[in-house]
Amino acid sequence: MEPLTWFGAYAGFFGTFLAVFATMAVIAGLCAALLSLTGSSPRGSFSLFNGIAVLTLLVVGIGYIYNALSPALSGGMELAVLGKILLGLAALGVFAAMLSVFMNTFFDDPAATMGWFFGLALKLIGVTVLLWLGYTLLFAGSGFRDQLAAMDPSAVPTGEDLAQQERIAVMQGRGILASIVMRFMPVWIAIAVLFAVSIRYKRKLGLYGKLFDNAIGMFGFALVMFWVFTAAFNGFFDMIATHAPLDQASGMKNKVPGTPLRGAELAEYPYYLLGGDNLARDVFSRMVTGSVIVIMIAPLATLFAFMVGITLGLPAGYFSGPALRKGSLGMVATAVVFALATLAAGLGGGISNFLMLGVILAVLFVLMFRASLDTVLSFLANLILAFPVILLFYLLVTPEIVETGLPQYMAIVLFIFPIVFSGVLISSRFQTDPKKNRFWLTVVLVPLAIIYAVTISAPDTQINLFGPLDFFNPAPGVLVVFVSVVFVNSPTVFRIVRGLALDIHSRDYVAAAQTRGEGPWYIMLWEILPNARGPLIVDFCLRIGYTTILLGTLGFFGLGLPPESPDWGSTINEGRKLLSIYAHPALPPAFALLTLVLGLNLLADGLREESLKD
Amino acid sequence: MGLFILRRLGVMILTALCLTFVVFFLTNLYPNLEKLAKTQGNMRMSDEQVSSWLDNRGYTQPLPRKYAEWLGLAPGFTGVNSEGEATGRCLRPGVDPAKAPTFCGILQGDWGYSTVFKEPVTTIIGIRLGLTAKLMFWVMVLMVPSALLVGVLAGMREGSRTDRTLSTASIATTATPEYVSGVIFIALLASSRFGLSPILADAGLIEGKTLFKGTATSAMESANFENFFLPVLTIALYGMGYIARMTRASMAEVMTAQYIRTARLKGVSFRNIVMQHALRNALIAPFTVIMLQLPWLLNGVVIVETLFNYKGFGWTLVQAAGNNDIELLLGVSVVSVFVVLITQLLSDIGYVFLNPRIRIS
Repeated sequence: MEPLTWFGAYAGFFGTFLAVFATMAVIAGLCAALLSLTGSSPRGSFSLFNGIAVLTLLVVGIGYIYNALSPALSGGMELAVLGKILLGLAALGVFAAMLSVFMNTFFDDPAATMGWFFGLALKLIGVTVLLWLGYTLLFAGSGFRDQLAAMDPSAVPTGEDLAQQERIAVMQGRGILASIVMRFMPVWIAIAVLFAVSIRYKRKLGLYGKLFDNAIGMFGFALVMFWVFTAAFNGFFDMIATHAPLDQASGMKNKVPGTPLRGAELAEYPYYLLGGDNLARDVFSRMVTGSVIVIMIAPLATLFAFMVGITLGLPAGYFSGPALRKGSLGMVATAVVFALATLAAGLGGGISNFLMLGVILAVLFVLMFRASLDTVLSFLANLILAFPVILLFYLLVTPEIVETGLPQYMAIVLFIFPIVFSGVLISSRFQTDPKKNRFWLTVVLVPLAIIYAVTISAPDTQINLFGPLDFFNPAPGVLVVFVSVVFVNSPTVFRIVRGLALDIHSRDYVAAAQTRGEGPWYIMLWEILPNARGPLIVDFCLRIGYTTILLGTLGFFGLGLPPESPDWGSTINEGRKLLSIYAHPALPPAFALLTLVLGLNLLADGLREESLKD
Repeated sequence: MGLFILRRLGVMILTALCLTFVVFFLTNLYPNLEKLAKTQGNMRMSDEQVSSWLDNRGYTQPLPRKYAEWLGLAPGFTGVNSEGEATGRCLRPGVDPAKAPTFCGILQGDWGYSTVFKEPVTTIIGIRLGLTAKLMFWVMVLMVPSALLVGVLAGMREGSRTDRTLSTASIATTATPEYVSGVIFIALLASSRFGLSPILADAGLIEGKTLFKGTATSAMESANFENFFLPVLTIALYGMGYIARMTRASMAEVMTAQYIRTARLKGVSFRNIVMQHALRNALIAPFTVIMLQLPWLLNGVVIVETLFNYKGFGWTLVQAAGNNDIELLLGVSVVSVFVVLITQLLSDIGYVFLNPRIRIS
């Protein structure tokens, strides 16, 4: 079998057009840039262009003299190269001046004209690419039947062989890129449906609908949804990926994109679309499967970080005055929690740990009668923020630390916040209606508590509550990674929520609620929080992106998830070792991560712009 | 102002103490110590041998005591190992045990001894920090002017096509973490079989096989454009977008100010408005951002130094953390925590000095 080419059988025909339009775009773009720099009036205010030219000439001149004075110095550029740069600049200047004069005699605004040409060329390029894609997808392999007809009837293959041969012929016609596009077909359909419905009803959809008025936001949303749908189709229905992420095929080690799978069976996909990695696994499938891990962990971890940040940030911004008062409920609760923590440390780590934590918490307890909650929590948040993230990861996620069960203890603390948050949310809402209150609390809290208990306990670790009854255990390493990412993100969210609460605290509607006699938690969760939602939604999008970057960082240093895991960070880490010889295994996950984070950032930008409009 | 700085310094020292204690606690957990004993002594040590190895070196003392020793508030541990030789915290190879000092903590200027590099921590950190300072200097040289230029160009005509293009570009750079851009740069510019280099080499435009070098190891001695540009660019690009966006926001805000409109109505040319009236006021806010960016860049430094094999401070952090080199790791964290805290302090002070509205109130 022949290896696949990048653009398939029809590249030659469309490629010619593409080359023409690309040349046009480059020339027109360059001219437009030069003209707008030189100024469009006939007198030509050349100053900005001149300034840049003089500066460049100065730099080049100094380099020239420097090199002439010290020819032995390493790292200096060759004189011939400098001369070429100089000549090029001079030519560019002359060209720009001539162009400016020439164009001014024909057009009122030459820069705009050239800009129009540039735009036209870009549009033509887009149309050509679309035409190529459509033609390739529709007609690839159409010659196969003719080929069969021309063959000797006895040599014509039958049954499954025929199907397989036709499949290969079609793929040969499509090439790598169009095959990848074809592979993602369910995703395209899903995005098209989603966008069609959303745009149709955008006036009724609030902030989400307004997103579709914003081109950049729409583009970002499309990028995000691309990966969400990819993860969903791959995770639930096993579509899109061509091979299993851990399958190794003989002879596919470090093979370039489009290499045919040797001895492929009929049911198998006959090619490695993006080549093989250094363990002969399919790069394309690993990238697609990696999206499942990222799309599962990143938003959920961000959500948890927001729960932690909101639950702590709202009271920090709302309550002024000392954190604890003598005889208050808060004092008793804090004392109980601190005592339990000290006791747990004593049971787990011996008498010295018991004393140490006891002293620290006692000091904190006493301090909380003097300092405000804000001071104490902000100090703790700044403490975590002052830690270099990578050092923190190395300290939390290494196998030795995992063995001590520390991430699980942290999970116990961090995972309780969603429960506390939903509990307070419900009970503050239905305070006046005990029956409803009890009902909703049971409906929400009991499942949450069960999930909580089952998640933090795992067999063969320090915390094993259920043994064989434990029905949910995250994949190895996932809990550790999750906890550390939540831990790193929470202090920033805390600071944002605290700032917003401080700001909204002085609004009239808060005062009105206070006068009505609403409790502090009702005001925080049902008056302040809904009014802070704009910035929080924007930050949520941004933070998912940041969490994705953090997950990639963990993978890049080989921390947390097992090395064979297909998540993007680990794959980049695998690929970078042979990067200067085989670039293809590292690039697809890198671009995947880039597009997802870029999409989230653009989405956040679009949301911010649209929410500022009203 | 003096009181403010004093209070900040107090909080800073408290923070540093807390953080080093956390690092100390985590590095001294038993599995970590066991790993240390096995890598330092013998991979096949039995559990008793491990615990006696740790006993002899004072690792099994209570944590607060060990921390006090490291700080230099308690006398360093002394003991005798199974062969009857004196062991202790303050002993160094080749130094007579009788002459070793009693106290040896960071208060005495003794940061300890690295078990991986077999050198005093101060020496290692000194050298590595110097190398990273070189990297950071060039990052700043590249990042700050270009970020400010992009920000000003985008912000001076808010909503124009230039603005939208540059803003999207700066969002794109903030969305590209170092390990992604670094990998892309190496693949495109520094691979002998992929990307731009083979094309250029075939055309005879470059002498070597690749346009840039994929490793920066040689840049530790003599940095030049070929081996140092990619790591510098990789770090600078990620930080650039954020500064550019801040500058843009600040510039756009200034451009809508009353005095700009007045100048415009008086007939001052657009160029003069930007250069003489807007620029100076617009550059106050980015200053703080640039200062606060420094510790954030530390992350990038660790990634880039690992990716390009440049043996600076970040590389040392990875080595120390990966091998549980307790004292080196503590030294590294003290330095990085202080870098973070000092830049925070400086940016606060600098902001107060630069902004007259705050300075007077």
